[in-house]
Amino acid sequence: MPAQTMTLAKALNLSLRTALEDDPDVLVMGEDVGRLGGVFRVTDGLQKDFGEDRVMDSPLAESGIVGTAVGLALGGHRPVVEIQFDGFVFPAYDQIVTQLAKLHARSGGALRMPVVVRIPYGGGIGAVEHHSESPEALFAHVPGLKVVSPATPSDAYWMLGQAVRSDDPVIFFEPKRRYWDTGEVDPGATPPPLHRARVVRAGTDLTLAGYGPTVKLCREAAEAAAEDGRSVEVLDLRSLSPVDFDTVQASVERTHRLVVVHEAPVFFGAGAEIAARITTRCFYALEAPVLRVGGHHTPYPPARLEGHYLPDLDRVLAAVDDSLAY
Amino acid sequence: MTAPTADHASGATALTDALNAFADHRPEPQAVQLLRPDGTLTLPPEHIPGYGSELLRALYRDMRMARELDTEATALQRQGELGLWPPLLGQEAAQIGSAHALRPDDHVFPSYREHGVAWCRGVDPVDVVRLFRGVTNGGWDPRGSGFHLYTLVVGAHVLHATGYAMSLAKRGSDAVAVAYFGDGASSEGDVAEAFTFAAVHDAPVLFLCQNNQWAISEPVTRQTSSPLYRRAQGFGFPGVRVDGNDALAVHAVTRHALDHIRGGGGPFFVEAFTYRMGAHTTSDDPTRYRPPAELEQWRARDPLARLRAHLSATGLAEPAFFEETEERATELAHRVRHAVRTMPDPAPAGVFDHVHAEGHALVDEERRRFEEYERSFTDPERP
Ligand SMILES: Cc1ncc(C[n+]2csc(CCOP(=O)(O)OP(=O)(O)O)c2C)c(N)n1
Ligand SMILES: [Mg+2]
Repeated sequence: MPAQTMTLAKALNLSLRTALEDDPDVLVMGEDVGRLGGVFRVTDGLQKDFGEDRVMDSPLAESGIVGTAVGLALGGHRPVVEIQFDGFVFPAYDQIVTQLAKLHARSGGALRMPVVVRIPYGGGIGAVEHHSESPEALFAHVPGLKVVSPATPSDAYWMLGQAVRSDDPVIFFEPKRRYWDTGEVDPGATPPPLHRARVVRAGTDLTLAGYGPTVKLCREAAEAAAEDGRSVEVLDLRSLSPVDFDTVQASVERTHRLVVVHEAPVFFGAGAEIAARITTRCFYALEAPVLRVGGHHTPYPPARLEGHYLPDLDRVLAAVDDSLAY
Repeated sequence: MTAPTADHASGATALTDALNAFADHRPEPQAVQLLRPDGTLTLPPEHIPGYGSELLRALYRDMRMARELDTEATALQRQGELGLWPPLLGQEAAQIGSAHALRPDDHVFPSYREHGVAWCRGVDPVDVVRLFRGVTNGGWDPRGSGFHLYTLVVGAHVLHATGYAMSLAKRGSDAVAVAYFGDGASSEGDVAEAFTFAAVHDAPVLFLCQNNQWAISEPVTRQTSSPLYRRAQGFGFPGVRVDGNDALAVHAVTRHALDHIRGGGGPFFVEAFTYRMGAHTTSDDPTRYRPPAELEQWRARDPLARLRAHLSATGLAEPAFFEETEERATELAHRVRHAVRTMPDPAPAGVFDHVHAEGHALVDEERRRFEEYERSFTDPERP
């Protein structure tokens, strides 16, 4: 298949299609994933082409979706389940944390849990309550899980395929406000490993690290900073469990400054862990404390206020200024 | 179970008999209906509790108001004034009929589509619309109306209703808690757990399931392979299916259920068999999954048309009544439209309001820094 330009949602769709074609044990299930093709159309056309046996509309029960995925995986299948929105993963949280994450360890390695839990996440689409949240830290905190989030159509395509082939459970966070962003996907290319971070823009004065929906924001901030004569490096972390600290460390050793940007509340968030580890690894290279830009320690606000909650260009640039002022 | 006998052949028969004793041979009953789609009654009026011009007019008027609110809110969403709207079109009888059977001190736990119940409980429609405009995650104070906040997490509130009912019972009240939820919600673990708690605590809770045949794109057959009302039996309380497009029947059945609960009978399950005539929400496109013929079939069972036909045919309402109702509906639409168009956005620092009842040092600090940051955009001293 030649390289094509497509949306991030379409790239995920293509990746699922490829996975279903390549491995008869791969199953897709979730609420409205069949005939409707999912509320974001990520599974569009899959039930038509692969049948109701492999692309299943689930009953409206998230604990059931993940709990039966565990059983299907025990039976040798590779379920890729969809949680319709970030805020609705919590009925499944018990199954994910107490079962999915632990069965491999509990069985002394005898059992494997090749389950992918896809979760559209993050805000910025003017949605009602529970449809804009960023709960990734709640999963990265759980041993036994792997947590990733693509930022581009190409990564969406490759990372989902890698997640499906992984023998470990992967919580796959999809930046829903980027579903309609387009980019090139080249199914003939060789992708980087699933858990490798990437330098998306080289710079010398400061490193901005984001993932999922904030990578684009970090790139925009770097461009704006360049107009003021500041050379900002941008990292796409891509994976939160594990985090590719080597790539972050190498960047910080070049730039001496780090700002982490995510939509989730900064309190006990992914940025806190990165700040702690990078401070340990790069203590003598750092010219400023690691700073974080993210959500407040408040419930995700109603849509008309989300602009005051989400990190934006001004807030990222203010953090860049603060870091450079040290 | 009878102990199998030593004799082989008769032992097998005895076992089969013992097993067969558990089979359910009851024929499937028809949903309770009082008003046929053509507006005629299935029973003589004197057998229908509450039957009379006052009740019937009130039911019609409130269904008409609910439909008007729904139409107006849908239009406002199309015009960009609301972020989203979940229409109740087609479910007016299920909502208005049941709400009219409640007492003011009963307490309602809705999902997110119960705009008609909200109306009957005296919640200002502007407050309901406020939520879908995205200016609040709540909208009203449930303490006034006994109408709890909408719950967007499907099924979660059914447990809250059950707990509230347990609280009512402990306080010696004979008020009832009512949980409104959908056919899709019936699959959630929370709902099954609510049934269990209600049953073992004999809680005064009414489970009112609006089976509108769809959960977004999934037909009810993706949720259950037996009629929903029957689920109650397995948990140990009564379940009844009512024609959910017949306001009179919904009213009578709800009244019966409430009497049962108030009389100490424990929980009761009512399945209002109805239809979601609109999209799931304004973001949804039902043409992707729903056969148009199905909609047409249900359009012929429209809940407003049948009550109107009955009121007209019996002379229980004059043309003037319908004219006045139309006027009131138009007034409501105008009021809601005006209120939405002039509704201010909340203050930015509102993000930090009411996070905790007793304050929180980190939230307070973040608020201070946020306000400082906001000021930096207008501060003339800013470099
Ligand atoms: C826990 C949870 N999972 C998924 C959703 C997404 N969702 C919203 S409404 C809905 C369908 C609900 O169907 P039903 O209970 O029949 O109510 P109806 O919308 O028909 O009134 C779904 C899947 C949700 N809001 N909450
Ligand atoms: Mg439904």
